[in-house]
Order: sequence, then C-alpha cells, then structure tokens
Amino acid sequence: MRRWWIYLIAVLGLIAVAAPFVWMLLGSFKTDGELLRVPPTWLPEAPTNGNYSELFGKANFPRYFFNSTLVALVVTAGNLTFCSMLGYALAKLNFKGRTPLFVLVMGTLMVPGMVTFVPLFVLVTNAGLANSYPGLILPFLVSPFGVFLMRQFFAGLPDDLMDAARVDGTSELGIFGRIMLPLTRPALATLGILTFLGSWNNFLWPLVIAQTEDKYTLPVALALYSTGQNAQHYGLLMAGAVVVVVPVLVIFLAFQRHVTKGIAITGIK
Amino acid sequence: MSSATLKGPAAQAVGPTPRPSSKPRRSGAVGRQTAAAWILALPFAVLFLAFTAGPVLGSLGMSFTDMKQRDLRTPFAVNGVGFDNYVKALSDETFRKAAFNTAYFVVIGVPLTLVVALAAAVLLDKGVKKFQSLFRVGYYLPVVTSIVAVAVIWRFVLAPDSGLLNTVLGWIGIDGPNWLASKTWAMPSLIMMAVWRNFGSAMIIFLAGLQGIPHTVEEAGQLDGASAWKRFRYLIVPLLRPTILFTSVVTGIGYLQFFEEPFVMTQGGPLNSTLSVSMYTYQQFGFGNYSLAASMSYILFVVIAVLTFLQFRLLREK
Repeated sequence: MRRWWIYLIAVLGLIAVAAPFVWMLLGSFKTDGELLRVPPTWLPEAPTNGNYSELFGKANFPRYFFNSTLVALVVTAGNLTFCSMLGYALAKLNFKGRTPLFVLVMGTLMVPGMVTFVPLFVLVTNAGLANSYPGLILPFLVSPFGVFLMRQFFAGLPDDLMDAARVDGTSELGIFGRIMLPLTRPALATLGILTFLGSWNNFLWPLVIAQTEDKYTLPVALALYSTGQNAQHYGLLMAGAVVVVVPVLVIFLAFQRHVTKGIAITGIK
Repeated sequence: MSSATLKGPAAQAVGPTPRPSSKPRRSGAVGRQTAAAWILALPFAVLFLAFTAGPVLGSLGMSFTDMKQRDLRTPFAVNGVGFDNYVKALSDETFRKAAFNTAYFVVIGVPLTLVVALAAAVLLDKGVKKFQSLFRVGYYLPVVTSIVAVAVIWRFVLAPDSGLLNTVLGWIGIDGPNWLASKTWAMPSLIMMAVWRNFGSAMIIFLAGLQGIPHTVEEAGQLDGASAWKRFRYLIVPLLRPTILFTSVVTGIGYLQFFEEPFVMTQGGPLNSTLSVSMYTYQQFGFGNYSLAASMSYILFVVIAVLTFLQFRLLREK
C-alpha cells in the first residue's frame, strides 16, 4: 500500500536523471533540422549516422579521444604509484617530519585548481611544456586526495605482517612493494577509477594549456565546438557529448562498487 | 640494498654515540624506516612542490605585482604594486556582479542539492529495499560525467521551443520561458542543472550516514508515539549533523568555483547574469591580466577557506 508510491517517486526520479542522457543519445542520430522541430520528436524519424561520421572524419575527434585517453592513463598510473608510496610512508613508517608532511598535504586537499592555474601556466610555459603532453599531465601526476585515500587504507592493515617481514630480513622498500602494496588492491582500484574519471572530465587546465587543436582533450574540443562556429551544429554537438559521456558511464557501471567504496573510505568524491 | 647503504649515515644522525646494548639496533631500524620513508615520499614531494605548493605561493606573490602577458617569459622582472590588484578587483563592477552571481549559485544551490540528496537517501533507505542499488547507481550516474558534456546536453534540454523541459512543462499547461536567454531564469537554470548533476554524490554519503544510525533510535521514537516527520526531524537529522556538515562543505567548495556551466551554456550572459568569479578570472587571464587574475583567484580562495572554517564552527556547536 505504502510501498508502491515510494517506488513510483523513485522511478520518476530515475527517469528525470536519465532523460537528458536518453535525449542526448537519440538526438545524436537526428539531423540539425529535426533537432529544431517544434514539438520535438523523441525517436529519430530518419536515423542518421551523419553526425558521427563527421565527428570521426572532418572533426578530428579520434585525435581528441586519443589525447584524453593518453593523459588519463598516465595520470592514473602516476597517482597509483606515487600516492600509494607516500600513503604507505605516512601510515606505516616512523620518521621525522611525518606529521608536518601529512599536515602540508592535507592542507592543500581543498585548494581549487582556480587558485593555481595562472602561476602554473607561467611555470609550464617557461619550462617549454605549453601545448605538450607533459604539460597536460605533469601537474596531475599526484594528488593529496590519493595520498589521503591510500593512507587511510594502509592504516587499516595490521603491523604484524611488517614486523614478521623485518625479522625475515626483508628491506623496508621490499616490505612495501612485495607485502603491503598487493594487499591494497581494492583501494588501488578505487583510486584508479576516480583518478581516471577525474582526468577524463578535467577542463580548466587542458583548456589553458592546449593551444593547438592537436592537443585538445575531449571536453576542451566539445566546449570550444559548442561555443565556436559549430554552436548551431546541434547534431554534431549531441554526438560529441555521447563520445565524452559514454566511455565514462561504461567504466563507472563496470566498476561502480569501487567508486562508492572510495566515497565510504574518504567521504570525498 | 639501498636501505643498507643508507643505514650508516641515517643511524648516525639519530644517535651519534652508539651504545653496546640493543639501542643501536633500535636506532638502526628507525634510520632504515626514515630512509625508506623519504625515498617513498620523494617523487610526490617534488611534483607536489613544483605543481601545487609552489603555484599556491606563486599565485599569492603574483597578485601583488603588475604581471601581464608580456612578462610571461620574464616572470621575475615585474614590479610590486601592493594591494592594487585587490583594490582594482573589488571596485570593479563586473567582478562584484560575478561575486554576487557566485553567491547566488551557492546560497540557493547548496541547500537545494542537500535537500534533494537527503530526500533521495531517505527514500532509498526506508522505502526502496528491492533494487536499491539500481536506484543508487542511477542517481549517481550524472556525478561521474563531464560537466562540459552535461552542459552541452542541457542547452538542448533547456531550449525554448524544441527543448525537453518546456515540452514536458507544456504537457501540464505551463508555458516555459526561454531559460538561458532570460536574465531572470538563466541562473536558476544553471542551479537546476547543478542540482541534477551533483545530488547523487551527497546522497551516497547520506545513505552511509543513515545506515550507521541504529534501528533502536527509530524504535524509541515510535514507542514515544512520535510521527514519522518528527522522528526524522528530531532524531535522525541531529544524528546526521556531521554528515550534513561534511556534504555542505564539499558541495559549497565545488559550487564556489563553478565555471564550465556558464562557459558552455551562457558564456556568462545574458548581460553578465551568469558570470561567475571563476569565469571572470579566466577571462582576465585570457586578456593577459595575469596578476589581476591571480588576485581574483586568491579572493575566491580566501572566501572558500573562511566559509569552510565557519561552516565547521557553526555546525559543530550546539
């Protein structure tokens, strides 16, 4: 009795969340003319893949797709490596400077990219890295968030394993690499997915540093298309949005357990 | 092997006069850990100093100079101008307008996002046992998608005649406005989209919070004859206080920086009615006014820091 209307609200909510995505997907197969029709059509009247063939032909989206993927993969690899290293040191090793280091890293957890992008642009330009892959990648190779997540996870592992390995004569780095790190696979999966998604969707920095078209990432290309001379080319923009959104949705749906677990560990997206 | 070579000097640093007992072994162990810790911390420290900590200070320093685009190659050959950039920013009508818009976006957007998130979390926690994970994942979907792509889609959703929203409103007899071209409705449109995209994130955190509240709390309320609303308002919400604090801080920090939404949907218009501080900062950077842009970004940074601090104080007391 009470149940059914709760489900009704929940389903209506789901429709409201999903509708823009469905609208996007259907729209990407329509012509510009049909997209302007009043009243609008739901299903494309004469489905066309013209938008996609233009996107992957003339519009050079394969290049942007490659750029986004390359940057996201390298950034993810960097975060997995460097954040787990420092996270382990902060959680499990006794050393002078541990507390100040932790405070320093946590203090910048909430520093917005807006605050740093101007001097960063000057720095990267003078290092000769403007409009280059290193310029796109280097500033994001490590993140305070990643350190925090890995530290939280390492802190939950028992010390006994390390002590036993020390007695066996394993070096400190060996204990980290061969014994402790393999135990953090769930945390690494979470960090990896969150970092990949974050990099894929990142906008401000690539917008600033990618100056020629061959270095654009997908969000930069889509944003500039949608505000530039293609602003009226609705079908193309819809198809572009599909190319940006769909890979992320697929990755998220495949690994969503890890994403929500990460939020549970740290409370931060 | 590297730890063996490093052991000597490190151990000396800890205790220069080794004792014959177990002490040297102990300080050797600490030395090994210290050496390993710094090896592990080194790559992070270098990248972090160069690309995060350095620029945070660099931005501050730059905001007190007259740096422009022409100084790009000679960033240290600039003149100090004291607080000129801050004075200029704060007395700039357009900046004030952007600050007002940003406040509008945050003051309306954050509570709205949290209310929707909490409602969704309660709905799923109390009523939707079957398929709960389906709904949870579904509501969370927009959070992982690119704001740029979402903004492009929403431009079509909000289109005046051929748009999805006005079509749906038309079914129930409402003649929707030309959302993004209206000075009145453009900002509410951006807020609506932000709520739609972001509530899933807070919802997940609320769900975890709700699931952490023992059933006995609800049962005690039921025994006392409190209505469902009263139980929620006086038993559940106070227990969720830390969670509400946390989500409001995180959501607020994100909203204070909103940028992609006006960039893609309105370019700050109409008549600057959706220009945000971030967007204006980016524009000034684009005009080559680097130091002015740095000062604007620092004003935003200080506001973020102060508001975060205040929110913690405010919600922690009581």
